[in-house]
Amino acid sequence: MSAVQYSDVIRERFRHPRFRGRLPNPDAAFEDVNPLCGDRIRIECRLTEGRLAEAMHHGDSCAICAASADVLIELAVGRPVAEVGRLGAADVLERLQADIRPTRMKCVTLPITVLQGALEGREVAR
Amino acid sequence: MTLGEQCRGDFPILSRLINGRPLVYLDSGASSQKPRQVLDAMRTFYEQSNANVHRSIHTLGEEATEAYEAARDAVRSFVGARGREEIIFTRGTTEGVNIIAQALGRTLKPGDEIIVSEMEHHSNLIPWQMVCRDRGAVLRAIPLQDDAYLDMAAYARLLGPRTRMVAVTHVSNVLGTINPVADIVRQAHAAGAQVLLDGAQAAPHLRLDLAALGCDFYVFSGHKMLGPTGIGVLYGRREVLEATEPALGGSEMIKEVWIDHAQWNDLPWRFEPGTPPIAEAVGLHAAVAYLDKLGMDRVGAHERELTGRCLDALAAIPGVTIYGPRNSEMKGAVVAFNVAGIHPHDGAALLDQSGVAVRAGHHCAQPLAKRLGIAGALRASFSVYNTPADVDRLAEAVARLDSEL
Repeated sequence: MSAVQYSDVIRERFRHPRFRGRLPNPDAAFEDVNPLCGDRIRIECRLTEGRLAEAMHHGDSCAICAASADVLIELAVGRPVAEVGRLGAADVLERLQADIRPTRMKCVTLPITVLQGALEGREVAR
Repeated sequence: MTLGEQCRGDFPILSRLINGRPLVYLDSGASSQKPRQVLDAMRTFYEQSNANVHRSIHTLGEEATEAYEAARDAVRSFVGARGREEIIFTRGTTEGVNIIAQALGRTLKPGDEIIVSEMEHHSNLIPWQMVCRDRGAVLRAIPLQDDAYLDMAAYARLLGPRTRMVAVTHVSNVLGTINPVADIVRQAHAAGAQVLLDGAQAAPHLRLDLAALGCDFYVFSGHKMLGPTGIGVLYGRREVLEATEPALGGSEMIKEVWIDHAQWNDLPWRFEPGTPPIAEAVGLHAAVAYLDKLGMDRVGAHERELTGRCLDALAAIPGVTIYGPRNSEMKGAVVAFNVAGIHPHDGAALLDQSGVAVRAGHHCAQPLAKRLGIAGALRASFSVYNTPADVDRLAEAVARLDSEL
């Protein structure tokens, strides 16, 4: 079981992310912390005509969290904002093809709540 | 035979396989494993003597009370307190800090000052933040030097006429730094302030002599020192406890009650409202007896040897950064480290696949992690049952990490 927590998808996305980085002057951005580990992840978005046109993630996070953010953005880009808001853990897990243990589910869900926070225009706590 | 090899057989859990490999348990700093002697003592208590304490006038009640109070005497002797009334049973270190923070908090005036340090566990930080916020008091922190020791010159400057409490850890749960607590106590008392020491990472590993140390309060947990969860100890110097109003009310902490007021009980029961952790006290008694039989000097020497071996082995692995003092003679039984390019939670999950259990994350010391400029770290911590072979298994698994992710 533990052998597939770090699936090929997670290892590949961690080593070679497709959406890691920053967007200059983003239309929406949010970041948050995983209280379990102190991981911080930020997602920056560009919006065009009610759709998520572009998004990038960066921060200090584990491989599972980074891979989750990467496949989440891949799933979300091009969709209407309302539809992005409906993306959930099940969608991301399907892409990751990994058996994530309960203690690490927060690593998967943090990017989802961060992307939603960005699209809802939430303020970053300091 | 090393101490670890001598002890291992007493700990049933150590025969478990994890992911097909024999368990190497290097997370005793978070919670230690329990020897058969502790498990048996608690089982025997529940099977033979279980009842509430101090109030049931029947055979079981008397036996339970005797067992509970005998645990207090054992702990008194173990920590070198002058009197049994100085030993208060709590649920753990965190509760001990909160009891004193709440009690002191009631007497704080706006502008009063409390001193903590940059290396505190959240348990010895948040309770002080809360009372400072409530009372308009000021929280100050002794800075950490780059060599992982506290800046004692800065501490001397922080102390002043408004300082009411100095609350610092005896041994850092991340760095392993052993703080100069005798010096800290002496200077605080000279300034008229009280001192609370967080002994969660010290009591399991160092010989304590609290009467000689002179601190006002000393708190620690049972479960990190081979005992059960759910019990801890709040030591308070008798004169100070006598002058401290209890923060928590309930049964047992009173002598006589009227509808609108009450007279507090004597020490130590004044600070133990409600039914205490009785079976847990019995378990802690057995744990203390186990450590006493090994001898704390021998326990300390054994753990320093493992810590030194671990420091040497990890330092030899490319990409490994170690935090805290590098001299195992001046360090608690913990080694915190990172491997370049590997997040600590990924590292811990991959080590677990090799059967090696370590802690990962900020170790409930986020201000310290921020000071070190890291999101978190891996931490190996040692206890009596660990062996040099455990350290070698850790080092082998750490050396393989980069190729596994």
